[in-house]
Amino acid sequence: MKKLLLATGLLVFFILPELQAQDSKKPDLGSIHGNIQLDGQYYREDSLINAIPPPEQVGLMGFANLIYTRGNLTAGVRFETYTPALLGYPASPDLPWTGSGIGYRFAQYSTDMFDVTIGNFYEQFGTGMILRAFEERGLGVDNAIDGFRLKVTPHRAVTITGLYGKQRRHFDNGFTKGAGIVRGINTDVNLTSLFDSAGVAKTRIFVGGSFVSKYQEDRNPLFNYPENVGAWAARASILRGGFALRAEYVYKDNDPSRQNSLIVPDSEIAPGLGLYKPGQGIDINMSYSTRGFGASLTAKSLDNMSFQSDRNAGPFDLNINYIPATTVQHTYNLPATLYPYATQPNGEVAFMGEIFYTMKRGSKLGGKYGTKIEVNYAVAMSPDTTLLNDMDGRRFGYETRLFAIGDNMYFQDFNISVSRKLSRKVKAKYMYINLVYNNDIIQGAFDYRGEKVSGTVYSDIHLVDMDFRIKSNNLRVELQHLRTNQHLGSWATVLAEYTISPSWFFTVMNQWNYGNKNSDERFHFPFVAAGYITGGSRIMVSYGRQRAGVFCVGGICRTVPASNGLTVQFTSTF
Amino acid sequence: MKNFALILGLVLAASFSHAQSGQFQVPNVKVKDLKGNWINTSHFDNDGKPMIINFWATWCMPCKRELNNIAEVYPDWVDETGVKLIAISIDDARSESRVIPYVNGADWDYEVYIDSNADFKRAMNVNNVPHTFLVDASGNVVWQHNNYAPGDEDKLYKEIKALVGMR
Repeated sequence: MKKLLLATGLLVFFILPELQAQDSKKPDLGSIHGNIQLDGQYYREDSLINAIPPPEQVGLMGFANLIYTRGNLTAGVRFETYTPALLGYPASPDLPWTGSGIGYRFAQYSTDMFDVTIGNFYEQFGTGMILRAFEERGLGVDNAIDGFRLKVTPHRAVTITGLYGKQRRHFDNGFTKGAGIVRGINTDVNLTSLFDSAGVAKTRIFVGGSFVSKYQEDRNPLFNYPENVGAWAARASILRGGFALRAEYVYKDNDPSRQNSLIVPDSEIAPGLGLYKPGQGIDINMSYSTRGFGASLTAKSLDNMSFQSDRNAGPFDLNINYIPATTVQHTYNLPATLYPYATQPNGEVAFMGEIFYTMKRGSKLGGKYGTKIEVNYAVAMSPDTTLLNDMDGRRFGYETRLFAIGDNMYFQDFNISVSRKLSRKVKAKYMYINLVYNNDIIQGAFDYRGEKVSGTVYSDIHLVDMDFRIKSNNLRVELQHLRTNQHLGSWATVLAEYTISPSWFFTVMNQWNYGNKNSDERFHFPFVAAGYITGGSRIMVSYGRQRAGVFCVGGICRTVPASNGLTVQFTSTF
Repeated sequence: MKNFALILGLVLAASFSHAQSGQFQVPNVKVKDLKGNWINTSHFDNDGKPMIINFWATWCMPCKRELNNIAEVYPDWVDETGVKLIAISIDDARSESRVIPYVNGADWDYEVYIDSNADFKRAMNVNNVPHTFLVDASGNVVWQHNNYAPGDEDKLYKEIKALVGMR
């Protein structure tokens, strides 16, 4: 209640002078804008692929944001409905999102120097390795903080952020909050502009640091859990000409949790009660680019860096930090949904290198219109750990060092793509991808009965993507082929997409699991879709069979069950 | 907490009856330029000429197709109308480091910013990328288009020409 009064007071404090200032001028009543998203699906049973409809037969989810802006004041509210949510949504299987209500609401007052927010907010410190409150609606991940945030910019080169609140846990006729409190402070300083006001320096240096702590009561009679857990991060980046070097390090105090108890095999003494070992992580990126050429190298090492505001939370819930995969996110259907990598915050060592190159138009190799080439290699390995066998004592569990590489490959991806405009009307792209996917670790590959398959999947993917322009219409054709001897065997995909600019699109796709060792399971997955777009609104209707698989946005993946049925999606921005 | 929702509801309800909807100003949110500086989006400026604000990501195929297709005609657009394209990458920490190499590798002439926690995307009410906004000289969003199909750039250019009084 006290907090509420304070919040209301602040609002009034900031709004009143604003209203009075407006008296002399033409009244500015502000503006309202927002967006809407509706997803509905009618499910049909398809026992061959294990597609089981929910008892309601229909799933419907909706989101509507309304934002009011007037001068420096912004206030917003999001209405959400899950009646019920679509199958496989949200990401967390422990806590379904149900009912209708307010999922997010805030008021914010910002000037160039101050920025105050009360209510829900999203925030990121540095790259997010220590703190990131964010929303990924496609996945059903939302860890917005509900509380108070103040950002101060005392100098154009310095930003200081402080925040305090609890995180969104799930949705039950309104958002619910986790047990723990999150508190954080962050500073970023642009050293170059602080000391070089004339702006002549060629080298630009940025530094930053954060401290985040969480509080959760300990009611466990047997274990003495730390109620306050602190974490800190330091980062720096240096840019000069086309060169950029960025690094961030994060350290977390001992934080026994349901997630980190999975690092060592369960001990007979007290399984699943967590390890008392501190965690750390580092992420270094180096890049060089000039017109027509770009190259980038990333190295990352993580140890025990799952950081959640509830020590008993599931892997998708109440995450304070965000550690994405150091791999490229594929967009073509087979590589994107069959074998995508998800970070292992409990420990991994990962490297990625890539090159972007445009061969000049008119050159011998570039051809009349130029040719684009992209090469990418990424690998994620297990960390090298030594078990300590101290589970009845201090419970560190194991020892490791950053960048100590273990024997298990979690994931590897080599891919190259070449795209070229062949004539004024035709464009073509060819891509080759080689994937190694350790399903014992990533656990995203299932058979048609929904059973996990074990071992590592090795696959080669070839794909061709062609664009044919016919006045303001366009035909795009994709041919994809994935060859593997593991999991479900080989696949072929054909996709055709016809668009009539600016409004209509039609898509036809078929995926065929022609290489399945079991000849009864060489299923086809046909899919058709049509849509209409006008301005900021889009409606799409699709019908088809969808295979069980992994759906990823950003670095996070959720598994989606097999389904068969009719889907309608409407989105609008106004 | 209920009281808070009530207050907010009242503020919204009161404004609904008066406020003009449809058109809106570019909101005031911070995004990072490719040199690492934070910029207020309300300070986006093109000397009284129109601006295109386009939301994209390195992992979004239609986005890259759109910006690469516009890149071919962009020098003509700038010559004829003075328009400026501002490309807002919503790449998060996973792919943020790919933005500069990709932009340079693709040889784009756009003004590019990174919105790594989607603050600007949220403030502009973007549901999914690509999403293109056309902004007039006074910072009002006057036209928008979600998604991309080849040929959409012709429609966009018609709108830009209409905005600068060309037919």
